[in-house]
Amino acid sequence: MGKLHSVSLNRDRCMGCTNCIKGCPTEAIRVRDGKACIDENRCIDCGECIRICPHHAKSAQCDPFPDLTSRNASKPAAVLLPPSLYAQFGPPATRSMIIRSMYAIGFDFVYEVAIGAEACSLRTREIIAEKRALVQSGGSDFSSVFPLISSACPVVVRLIQMKYKALIPHLIPFDSPMEITAGFARKDIASKLAISPDAIDIYFLSPCPSKRTVTINPLGQNKSEVNFVLALHDVYPLILSALEKEQKDTDAATLHAFVGLAGSEGVQWACAGGEASTLDTEKYMAVDGIHNVISILDEIENERLKDIEFVEPSCCFGGCIGGPLTVTNPFSAKARMRGFIKAAIDDEERSPDKFLRFRHLQLASSWKIPLEANNSMQLDADINTAMDKYEQMERILETLPGLDCGACGAPTCAALAEDIVQGNALETDCIIKLKEHIRKVAQDINLLDL
Amino acid sequence: MKKMLTRIGVRPESIKRAAIAMYEAEINAVIHARGGKAIVMILPDSVRIEIVDQGPGIPDVDLAMKEGYSTAPDTAREMGFGAGMGLPNIKKHSDEMKIDTEVGKGTTVTIIVRF
Ligand SMILES: Nc1ncnc2c1ncn2[C@@H]1O[C@H](COP(=O)(O)OP(=O)(O)O)[C@@H](O)[C@H]1O
Ligand code: SF4
Ligand code: SF4
Ligand SMILES: [Mg+2]
Repeated sequence: MGKLHSVSLNRDRCMGCTNCIKGCPTEAIRVRDGKACIDENRCIDCGECIRICPHHAKSAQCDPFPDLTSRNASKPAAVLLPPSLYAQFGPPATRSMIIRSMYAIGFDFVYEVAIGAEACSLRTREIIAEKRALVQSGGSDFSSVFPLISSACPVVVRLIQMKYKALIPHLIPFDSPMEITAGFARKDIASKLAISPDAIDIYFLSPCPSKRTVTINPLGQNKSEVNFVLALHDVYPLILSALEKEQKDTDAATLHAFVGLAGSEGVQWACAGGEASTLDTEKYMAVDGIHNVISILDEIENERLKDIEFVEPSCCFGGCIGGPLTVTNPFSAKARMRGFIKAAIDDEERSPDKFLRFRHLQLASSWKIPLEANNSMQLDADINTAMDKYEQMERILETLPGLDCGACGAPTCAALAEDIVQGNALETDCIIKLKEHIRKVAQDINLLDL
Repeated sequence: MKKMLTRIGVRPESIKRAAIAMYEAEINAVIHARGGKAIVMILPDSVRIEIVDQGPGIPDVDLAMKEGYSTAPDTAREMGFGAGMGLPNIKKHSDEMKIDTEVGKGTTVTIIVRF
């Protein structure tokens, strides 16, 4: 198994300030010896720590931008553009212009991930209809099948694997728009150039670290179709200068090798609620921001969300347009996205055949490997040992000051108690405890002196 | 309680059942008996939850157990509680359920969920 997460720390920049440990939703960070460290089994790549760190010591490990000019010419390079990319650019930029700029930068092929998103919407509508029929025929309880939960945000999937295992069967069990588009691109290029599908490099322009992690550790598949992941903010300046060079819009369909623009349905996925709004149900809920997602998953697990058929949780505020590797603030991005969606709808109305064709492609393939639970929240593999540890933890916690100050390097007193039980920390890591200890020692020395 | 069971490594399905049953019993103590206390005991193979209140008690337990039966006031209904499904839900999600109640004295609901 490859790396489990892509968020990493630059030790030289880290000041050991403890800002990051508090915001981490899975309590994955500790400050030890003056530097933050991330528990790789617990990090779900939400990017909260990247956003919070005042010293910019956290970043995502993505691939470096390739040298597209001196590359081996026999290996064509394709780039996949997530719909959230468009929102990084304001008018007069259009989707066609942004796509053209990718050719100008040196990619041989460009695909919109919105194609895969349309395929996902199609398949999800089918699944909702199937499940509805199952419930209506009395084959299943409403609450045991619904709500279905979108698996488009990998952070949410990892969170469910770790903390909401009972909800694993509620996840939509097939490939993400990125994987679907990558598979589609590979086949398309292989047939156009009559080459082996393996002889193609596929790059994804990512708004977040989690999309990179799933190319290394794919969900429900053995191998990802994506070869390299580039951080959106790294490529942004290149696109910007390519756009500035060529302010003139050209019809994308005339572009060499371009398969055509996706329809508006796929473009909508960029914003929180965009996916859900493409489904044939009004009984849906869209939640954004990782801490909000956590409270809604609690509600679902306790069967407190009645009558909801679909939940679309996005780790980031605003959805993928608010991803940690994006450039534009999510509010401007949302306003801009509205323009792109409106333009996509107008285009569709003008020439429906041209835009709706991807919508009906049966591209979404089901997960082949069942999603496993991640047991890293468990105190011990053995239930009896885990119970003992839990009791010890409670006992230690009672002796700690309960300030949750973070000075020990753990986010809360409870987390420190856990670290002590697991042998990863000492009681005297707590500064209040240490002070008590020193006072006691000082007293003992005084007594000796007398 | 949910957090505790998760940390111990109890099957997610059992945690979910215990959490739902406990929630319903707690809500009942709050709306029908103005609060109460919870005693949770974790055994190697099961969790035992007692919700104890000193409220009005339940005059007819069989009737109270019926789906849809409710004496909840309108104010509770407006907040989305009081659909008369609480006790039946506890029954459904637990392996054992016991109600000890005395009118005027209070009610103790005992729930056992096996892992
Ligand atoms: N702890 C309690 N104390 C007094 N009465 C209760 C208690 N729990 C339940 N009841 C009675 O049983 C009825 C049915 O309970 P339940 O099935 O939970 O439905 P609901 O709470 O929606 O009314 C309640 O309306 C109430 O009259
Ligand atoms: S990316 Fe999120 S889960 Fe990972 S360490 Fe940072 S805050 Fe925690
Ligand atoms: S909401 Fe989108 S950008 Fe944010 S982590 Fe999830 S998939 Fe990535
Ligand atoms: Mg009730």
